Amino acid sequence: MTTFTGRLQSHLARTPERAAVTMQRSGHPDFDITYLRLMQGANGFARALEKENIQPGEVIVLILQHGEELIYSFFGAVLHGAIPAIMPFLTEKLSPERYRADLSALISVTRPAAIVTYAEFESEVRAALTEDDSVRAVIVAEKVEVLDETDFSSLAGMTRKPEDIVLLQHSSGTTGLQKGVALSHQAVFNQLVAYSRVLGLTESDVIVSWLPLYHDMGLIAGFLQPILMGVRLVLMSPFDWVRAPYKLMHSVSQYRGTLSWLPNFAYNFCAHKIRDRHLEGVDLSTWRAIINCSEPVRWESHHAFYEKFKNYGLKPEALQTSYAMAENVFGVTQSGLARQPKVEEVEREAFMTEKIARAANGRPAMKIMSSGRPLPNVKIRVLDEKGNDVPERVVGEIALQSDCMLTGYYNRADATGKAFLDGWYLTGDFGFVAEGEVFVSGRKKDMIIVGGKNVYPQDLESLTYEVPGVHAGRSVAFGIFDEEEGTEDVVIIAEVDSEDEAEHQRVADEIRKHVTKNSAIALRYVKVVGPKWILKTSSGKTARSANKEKFLKELA
Amino acid sequence: MNDSVIPVVEKYIASQILKQPNRTLQPAEPLISSGLVDSFSLMDLALFVEDTFGVRIEDTELNANTFDNLAQLASLIESRLSK
Repeated sequence: MTTFTGRLQSHLARTPERAAVTMQRSGHPDFDITYLRLMQGANGFARALEKENIQPGEVIVLILQHGEELIYSFFGAVLHGAIPAIMPFLTEKLSPERYRADLSALISVTRPAAIVTYAEFESEVRAALTEDDSVRAVIVAEKVEVLDETDFSSLAGMTRKPEDIVLLQHSSGTTGLQKGVALSHQAVFNQLVAYSRVLGLTESDVIVSWLPLYHDMGLIAGFLQPILMGVRLVLMSPFDWVRAPYKLMHSVSQYRGTLSWLPNFAYNFCAHKIRDRHLEGVDLSTWRAIINCSEPVRWESHHAFYEKFKNYGLKPEALQTSYAMAENVFGVTQSGLARQPKVEEVEREAFMTEKIARAANGRPAMKIMSSGRPLPNVKIRVLDEKGNDVPERVVGEIALQSDCMLTGYYNRADATGKAFLDGWYLTGDFGFVAEGEVFVSGRKKDMIIVGGKNVYPQDLESLTYEVPGVHAGRSVAFGIFDEEEGTEDVVIIAEVDSEDEAEHQRVADEIRKHVTKNSAIALRYVKVVGPKWILKTSSGKTARSANKEKFLKELA
Repeated sequence: MNDSVIPVVEKYIASQILKQPNRTLQPAEPLISSGLVDSFSLMDLALFVEDTFGVRIEDTELNANTFDNLAQLASLIESRLSK
């Protein structure tokens, strides 16, 4: 078995001048990073880490935007045998104070030896550090040079073993207590081998991605998979894409893109927000799979996307699905690429009340789209509350086992232990299996998934309590599905003592401002109500689902 | 002109983006830098402005530097209408 370093070495030996990554940035010409340039750029960072006396096996946190520095520093850490962890960059939406607090919390758990960031962000990073924390160096990315060396044999990363941890991938969440999923070289390659077989991946494929690299879908499917498997990657920034989603279509057309991964909301976003005037001359006929994952998959979103782009060469069977998670490196299931994913029409009543996905046969139905079959190296079980297997078509918690599981949550043995039951990883997702296909239908925890990002309602509720006038325990947050957007809208309800409309308005504004600034989550509905609106359980806990029902009734 | 543009855009933001139809917005109230209008909704707002007023807003202009409040957005629309 090989390691990242070994694989990069073999690409370098075989195809040094081949473009590993084509970088796209709005307002700049596209440029190719060859395998040689990638190694030389990474080598510069590896030497910089060496100079700072960073040891192999130590964690390096990368706080950089999409660009060459991010790519080189990631692989530079790997070449040095250190463990890179990419963190989101501060956005204009989030308050710097909150970002600093989150970063401090992350440092205290993950204990990185170094942080790499830009010169202009260095002081921000240093402000999050304390004298007795683990960070020994803050490396300024611009000061690290691309080295001309072509002999990489003396790099510390050459001696890493396949079972060593190669990277950390942090789960999303708004507080500092994110879990760092630790993955080994071996696990990543086992995933890539299994996944690429299902995709029929070849070196003539071209992967086009705008996904952020701090998320598994972007990091694995849209970054490591192409670079390590020798498939060309066309990489654009998420910030450029969100302002001009049509650029994805231009890139696919220009570079003859064959594969992309998108969260469900992006199908709606592209279908509804791209102007036809921006699509003149676009040819999407090379796109053989656009894979929907990381949010519940909706056939309506596929339909809208297909209708919008069918006149530009898009094939209906290009729209595909996957069920993926960082704890399994990435893919758990994948729909068969030859045809459209299966859509089951199940009897609504039985599904809602008995949790059984029975064929509708003319009764009122709901459509659920399949996420495909487990990858060849993945075994799936569906369990009831007691941990027993349930029959086909009965909804339960999805559990899995594979040869590409996480090594553990980094420095969180407690969390790792809780995640497994007799060697099976408990996903926290609800779903059922029918004729070998996996259908994901919901979540065990009250997690909100908005635009592909996981948000814990309790984090938003805690922030709401910080707003003057709102008492602790008197707020509830939840997500409601937005058909138009193809993702969830965030709702916050907060009780205040007053019944005065103007006062409600004022507090609602405060909540919107405060929660957004401290979570970078945009709130859709903020409803401030008088006393006794929020429903509580008999034990005094806030019942999110009951409050959601009440809210939806009032909205209707 | 400002007088007719602002209420139309204000009504759209209040009802469609903030989902608070009775919400009023001050002409100088920050929209983007305050987080009231996030990047996804910003795209909706741009499309609404294009469709309603028949002016173009380029994707490079979708940021707080081009406009961050109703007054600035109204001036932008006006300057394009008068061309």
